[in-house]
Amino acid sequence: MMRPQRSIMARSVPMRSAIVRSLLACVLVTGLFAATAVAQEGEMPNERWSFEHAFGTFDLAAAQRGFQVYSNVCSNCHSMKYLHYRDLSGIGLDEDQIKAIAANVTVPSGTDDQGNPKEGPATPASEFKSPFPNDKAARAANNGALPPDLSLIVNAREGGPNYIYGILTGFGQPPAGFKMQDGMNYNRMFPGHQIAMPPPLQDGTVEYTDGTPNNLNQEAHDVVTFLAWAANPELVERKQIGVRVVLFLMFMTGLTYAVKRKVWSDVDH
Amino acid sequence: MAGLTKSEFANPVINWIDTRLPIFTMMQKEYAVFPTPKNFNYFWNFGALATVNLAIMIITGIFLAMNYQPNADLAFSSVQHIMRDVNYGWLLRYVHQNGASMFFIVTYIHIFRGLYYGSYKTPRELLWMLGVVILLLMMATAFMGYVLPWGQMSYWGATVITNLFSAFPIVGPKIVTLLWGGFSVDNPTLNRFFALHYLLPFVLVGVIFLHIAALHVTGSNNPLGIDVKSPQDTLPFHPYYTAKDSIGVCVFLIVFSVLVFFAPNYLGDANNFIPANPLQTPADIVPEWYFLPYYAILRSVPNKLLGVCMMFGSLLVMFVLPWLDTSPVRSARFRPIYRQLIWVWVVAVIVLGICGAHKPEGIWVVLSRICTLYYFLHYLVILPVLGKLERPLPLPESISRPVLGARGGGPLPGGAPAKPMEKA
Repeated sequence: MMRPQRSIMARSVPMRSAIVRSLLACVLVTGLFAATAVAQEGEMPNERWSFEHAFGTFDLAAAQRGFQVYSNVCSNCHSMKYLHYRDLSGIGLDEDQIKAIAANVTVPSGTDDQGNPKEGPATPASEFKSPFPNDKAARAANNGALPPDLSLIVNAREGGPNYIYGILTGFGQPPAGFKMQDGMNYNRMFPGHQIAMPPPLQDGTVEYTDGTPNNLNQEAHDVVTFLAWAANPELVERKQIGVRVVLFLMFMTGLTYAVKRKVWSDVDH
Repeated sequence: MAGLTKSEFANPVINWIDTRLPIFTMMQKEYAVFPTPKNFNYFWNFGALATVNLAIMIITGIFLAMNYQPNADLAFSSVQHIMRDVNYGWLLRYVHQNGASMFFIVTYIHIFRGLYYGSYKTPRELLWMLGVVILLLMMATAFMGYVLPWGQMSYWGATVITNLFSAFPIVGPKIVTLLWGGFSVDNPTLNRFFALHYLLPFVLVGVIFLHIAALHVTGSNNPLGIDVKSPQDTLPFHPYYTAKDSIGVCVFLIVFSVLVFFAPNYLGDANNFIPANPLQTPADIVPEWYFLPYYAILRSVPNKLLGVCMMFGSLLVMFVLPWLDTSPVRSARFRPIYRQLIWVWVVAVIVLGICGAHKPEGIWVVLSRICTLYYFLHYLVILPVLGKLERPLPLPESISRPVLGARGGGPLPGGAPAKPMEKA
């Protein structure tokens, strides 16, 4: 029943479908098309990320600040439905901190004795609470645009963390003569330059407790670090195992080669 | 005790079993003492690598299936459940996902080996044709596996590829409805693709068994492409080729591990991290890299039916390759012109792959048309004609005396000593 409803809505509100299409366009750039699109849409930033390269790990302090940015700002519109509060141990929060964070959130918790749905505080096992009950409600509250789920956003866009950083820092005034649609915002990074999301971060949007300067670039960098962790929570363990596996296999290759040489030593070939 | 096998195994338990069911004698015959040409190069590792790869795919696949939900509403999130909540689920999935790519890398090199050294020629025609069946089954399995995560590219890839069948007159639309289990790609499609994705690997095991059985009748080809003349030309499979294959397996696992642990999504598409949405068509629908050359052939033809026929034809033509190539000489080493043209064919296929990754506009259309033309020209014109015109180099008289000419065909110092044979 969901699908026909959505299709009717998309058809009946042309601007919404235009937004959907422009949102989608940013997702779909691949290969050479991506390169040309990026050249048109503004420079892809080339930030240094703690989790890059074969030995990179997540800067946990940055990821924790990024979680603060997500909780205070992004989570008002964007869900992260594939995460649970318990997962936050991955950015270095301890059990008590996670319990405290979960306890502040009210989520549906089964039914009462009369069979009526009831609510209660979340536990570490609860999924991250979504800001809207469903996509339709999310669109209704956001001028027809659907704020995408952020659980996998870093993996789901060409350019990954640099692209998301580019969007967050790419807001500004449109150049003279650029025609903006109602309710849209100018963004250098976004394909087509018109994005439904208003600028979410400015200098000083979030008050950091660890004394880190809270300018726009820092906030964007931190929240992207958090989102990169959310999309690839296994990254650090994966690379650590990978180093050991590859070293072991190189040793095995050497050993096998020696055995083969020995076995073949009596063959003239 | 008529009908019982006389087993040579000393261990009483093995002897007891072997007498009644001679699997140990069979293994000894087919894998231990099996006479194998002594001059294999490392290209001959790739059959073993493909077998190892299939085993890895089946094992990881079984564990993934225990945690996956083949349901349009749950599939995407069940994959996230595997990635995040199942113990080492991310490892299982990344091995399985990248294992598909590794399988095609290994298989394509294995096929190239066959083309370069003429392994498809008599008496190995049926062996080769079984190989083409294996390739087709692999492709069907890989395609259906890619649909299961139910991301945007899964969904739209499935839509585009299944729609190809609608090009066939009269039966086309019926075939498509049958594939979908409805009137669009939806839950029934996902269900049947999951069932078939689980079934086909075991069909694959069966055909691979026949492929190997046929191989053990004809014996292996070798880099010289000449027949084994005497026991001196061969070595027992074990320990010589078990040792040599082991090196290949180690190197293969290193490449595999680098992909899995350090770049697991390098060969993937960002779009597949977005859940399938039937209402939003991606701007550019691209298949996985291993299908790109065929995709380019499909799109190089303006007529849909003809494009589909060309695409399937590019694979089916391999069935008749043993009869298209009229040269009696197997190995490209002794075919001075074929030796160059086979590389032109390889370049054409790679360029087709690059064309397949780009939108069919401008230079990419021209390039893909030229390469498609050359692809078929190679099979249908060059190979039949070249066999008649080309003057092959003189063949060596045997594997153990491979070098004629340079040393005047005289005896080489020390042919194959009998010693290794005694070991067996």
